[in-house]
Amino acid sequence: MNPQTIREGYNFAYLDEQTKRMIRRALLKAVAIPGYQVPFGGREMPMPYGWGTGGMQVTAAVIGQNDCLKVIDQGADDTTNAVSIRAFFRDLTGVKTTERTEEATLIQTRHRIPEKPLQAGQVLVYQVPIPEPLRFIEPSEVETRKMHALEDYGVMHIKLYEDIAQFGHIATAYAYPVLVNGRYVMDPSPIPKFDNPKMDNSPALQLFGAGREKRIYAIPPYTDVKSLDFEDHPFEVQTWKQCCAICGSTESFLDEVIMDDQGAHEFICSDTDYCRERMASQEMPV
Amino acid sequence: MNAEPILQVENLTKLYAAGKGCEAVSFDLYPGEVLGIVGESGSGKSTLLNCLSARLAPDEGDIHYLTRAAERVNLYALSESRQRHLQRTEWGIVHQHPRDGLRMGVSAGANIGERLMATGQRHYGNLRDTAQSWMSDVELDIARIDDKPTTYSGGMQQRLQIARNLVTHPRLVFMDEPTGGLDVSVQARLLDLLRQLVTEMNLAVVIVTHDLAVARLLAQRLIVMRHGRVVETGLTDQVLDDPQHAYTQLLVSSVLTS
Ligand SMILES: [Zn+2]
Repeated sequence: MNPQTIREGYNFAYLDEQTKRMIRRALLKAVAIPGYQVPFGGREMPMPYGWGTGGMQVTAAVIGQNDCLKVIDQGADDTTNAVSIRAFFRDLTGVKTTERTEEATLIQTRHRIPEKPLQAGQVLVYQVPIPEPLRFIEPSEVETRKMHALEDYGVMHIKLYEDIAQFGHIATAYAYPVLVNGRYVMDPSPIPKFDNPKMDNSPALQLFGAGREKRIYAIPPYTDVKSLDFEDHPFEVQTWKQCCAICGSTESFLDEVIMDDQGAHEFICSDTDYCRERMASQEMPV
Repeated sequence: MNAEPILQVENLTKLYAAGKGCEAVSFDLYPGEVLGIVGESGSGKSTLLNCLSARLAPDEGDIHYLTRAAERVNLYALSESRQRHLQRTEWGIVHQHPRDGLRMGVSAGANIGERLMATGQRHYGNLRDTAQSWMSDVELDIARIDDKPTTYSGGMQQRLQIARNLVTHPRLVFMDEPTGGLDVSVQARLLDLLRQLVTEMNLAVVIVTHDLAVARLLAQRLIVMRHGRVVETGLTDQVLDDPQHAYTQLLVSSVLTS
């Protein structure tokens, strides 16, 4: 890393060292108690509209000079938010950045997990809007903390029960609740449930930051992560009849995109890096 | 009646101020027995009920409960986790206002199924069957299983609250003015239902009420409270037909004249 590349007048990764240490202490506790929400004294971060600061604070606290950073928003490296956050950390750390999942040591994400399986040594940092999975039914913070402490989780299945009663199946498709390490119920942030199985026993370290509610939680590598369900309505991921209109993948999470004013639509990979790599390999001469 | 009491209360005291709360209350409750706690508002009967049901730690005194596994436990020596487990498996708590005892934002079926889900039942079809069976037991239309309690009448909400409590086949149920606020005709039908369920399920019940007619219909034994203290106890008919304490006499006569 070249010190000249850091914008003058700012500390490495923007946050002061004391704040980073405070966040790292919260992270260590979070890793020690998988799925448990650790309160921390959050700081303000300059951020694009619509992007919370929790994930950015975690990234700022763990990023090192030898890291290679990837930033995705809904799976894409090229959205305005992803581009500006990548530029922000490049300016304030001088670290390498990448769009390629396998090159990254640190991946800051909002609402997706990359399609390419993560490896040991990689760190995935999730931006979390609402960390409390029990909030939908219990507005009191004191009570939800007590419910976690006592493993009083009967209410979690109420939500799934109501889904089946109303729609005939579990309709919850995003922020689908999971049980971490057989102990804590956790909100995986608004990723599609398609991504839930990727959290289970992942070799990567997964860190979650909620800025507004000032909570940090974590899934250490190789931790059991089970999606809640019923015996007669087992957990299932989304499937599509279509394949990706660009790369032809039948295995990735697809976004529906409108192609013209007549309402014609197609399905394409939400993970832009995955899609591009598949295209590149197909174009290569055999 | 079994020889072993299911609940033993000794010298229970919880005072907010002098005469406010409950003081030096002792009694035994046997399996299948219905005990009425009567008195005016402010007599300390609700404080007592909260202490008995592990929702309010007393200042002094002990409560021993005989569990399903025949273990005699000191209620306030148990962990909060253990207390909650008792509350949702071996006990029921029927509140005066259904909104305090129901989840108003979720369907009737989910309300009945919650305790089962909390104790590990994970089969949707079975939960549904159980909910329907309980709805018909408390005389609710099973076609309303997916409706929220907000769309139910007061009497129906109270039936739903009862079903939600009884679904885990508790042994001990605490009731706080369960028919309060209902029309007289609705009240009478609900009382009939309660009496029938209590007998069928051999429930031990502690029922708090200011309504002596409710007490007479449901309770075998009465505790009369005033200013936080027990002023008279005895078999219901005995207490109501031949009250000994001046305050009980006043209570009884005010019912007769009203
Ligand atoms: Zn594709």
